[in-house]
Amino acid sequence: MRQGLSKINVVGLVVGFSFLYLPIVLLVIFSFNASRLVTVWAGFSTVWYRQLWHNQALLDAAWVTLRVGLISASVATLLGTMAALALSRYPRFFGRTLMTGMVYAPLVMPEVITGLSLLLLFVALDLNRGFVTITLAHISFTMCFVTVVVQSRLMSFDRSLEDAAMDLGATPTVTFFQVTLPLIWPAVAAGWMLAFTLSLDDLVIASFTTGPGATTLPMKIYSQVRLGVTPEINAVCTILIAIVSTGVIVATLINKRRLILQARDERLAAAG
Amino acid sequence: MARSAREASGETQTRPARKTISQPGPDTRGWFRRIVIGVPFFWLFALFLVPFLIVFKISLSEVVTAMPPYQPTFGSIAGWWSALKEFSFDNYRWIAGDPLYFNSYVLSLGIAAASTVLTLLLAYPLAYGISKASPAWRTSLVMLVILPFWTSFLIRVYAWIAILKPEGLLNQLLLWLRVIDQPLVILNTPTAIFIGIVYSYLPFMILPIYASLERMDQSLIEAAADLGATPFKTFWTVTFPLSLPGVIAGCFLVFIPATGEFVIPDLLGGSRTLMIGKTVWLEFFTNRDWPVASAVTVVLVIILVLPIVLFQRVQARAQ
Repeated sequence: MRQGLSKINVVGLVVGFSFLYLPIVLLVIFSFNASRLVTVWAGFSTVWYRQLWHNQALLDAAWVTLRVGLISASVATLLGTMAALALSRYPRFFGRTLMTGMVYAPLVMPEVITGLSLLLLFVALDLNRGFVTITLAHISFTMCFVTVVVQSRLMSFDRSLEDAAMDLGATPTVTFFQVTLPLIWPAVAAGWMLAFTLSLDDLVIASFTTGPGATTLPMKIYSQVRLGVTPEINAVCTILIAIVSTGVIVATLINKRRLILQARDERLAAAG
Repeated sequence: MARSAREASGETQTRPARKTISQPGPDTRGWFRRIVIGVPFFWLFALFLVPFLIVFKISLSEVVTAMPPYQPTFGSIAGWWSALKEFSFDNYRWIAGDPLYFNSYVLSLGIAAASTVLTLLLAYPLAYGISKASPAWRTSLVMLVILPFWTSFLIRVYAWIAILKPEGLLNQLLLWLRVIDQPLVILNTPTAIFIGIVYSYLPFMILPIYASLERMDQSLIEAAADLGATPFKTFWTVTFPLSLPGVIAGCFLVFIPATGEFVIPDLLGGSRTLMIGKTVWLEFFTNRDWPVASAVTVVLVIILVLPIVLFQRVQARAQ
């Protein structure tokens, strides 16, 4: 049997990955452009990055975005993990079908719909729109992504460990913290990161649910993009890309190392 | 099974073992269960389902210049009852009467369907190539697919403006190569929307297809080859049918959100290509007509209910 890649496979991979990465690479390159024009190269310069430090409105927006992201991702991880536990450990409860629907529907629901409906809820409740409402909205749509990530991990691990802890007299709470959580925590961490980046990224839902005084970075970027492409935005985008990519790569490497160590331990245990 | 598991964990888990077996009462168990199910359920109910009902309610009211800009608003139960009589389907009649909305729905569904097919055509070879690579490469390649998915959607769409502009990088390249002698107009056309959707949603299509290709039993392919099938025939009769669950999941993951997409048509499509997500946005932010925006949203939800339910079926079967 033929193993490895044929020529067609290689072409598919090269075309696909160039398509995925070329626009981002070009964006990063032109953030170092000396010219104000984004499409004509005029030499290397970091002038746009230095200008960012003096753009107070942009820094404020970045600070709002960061706080919304940290709070909403943490609460979403808590709620999402609970929902994952509920769906994977309790096969029968009242409203299970409804809950499954409410977890999966937001994953594909167009953001315009989620944003508008949440805004109308906040208006009906007469909540002051701003930081709090954006955070609440972000918790609601990101928790479903956390649920999916954690649920797939809960499905794949050895249930007999939990049964054993229960048989030995551990309460469900103790079992969860001593047995389940240590086993699923990479998925919980991945869920948190996903929720955090989704929150950093969101323009539509934040635009609907915000009020005066709370402008997030994507909203700021969007309003400037509408006026035209500028190297300053390229610089902001490059910084964001750098932060997120570093986070993802580091997380992946840690996870990989953990798996390798775990495999080695298991081999040693089997040999011993 | 229970006994062997007990022995296995008995060596490491000494702390729970100190408690007697009779300790964990059903009450404690019920308490944990109630919180784990109840809290997220309540949250999703209050912040996902209830808002839809409010959207539906407001779609039946009429616009006024006030804050909130719709009538009737209801504070009390009595208010609800009297308001019930004022409900009207005027907004829906308005939507049905104006071809702008109908065209917008049709255009959105058409663009979403066409870009789903385009995404599939690009994603399949990529997913297939990754599944054929050696295990060491596979992890890195999967990560390369996921990485753009983590970086901002807005940024990735923005990156295309500089490429597709009349004086943009693509036109510069093509002019320099002498493929064309006049810049192509791509930005602010439906073509730019296609490119934007395919680009942004590509990982959503690659990952499910790759997952189903990777799970596939390789011996089936060997068997087909042993029995004399050409590689092409093996692909069409064995590989592709087995990867269909991934293809279907990927198509839903692209089609449903693309239908209501706002950022891509707004930044790349220009003002003439009015997809429904942008119509909602304009009704809401520019016209400040919340009831009509709500009615447009309700109709969009009704259109998308069927694909969403199908998507959930596919997901439930995969679990």
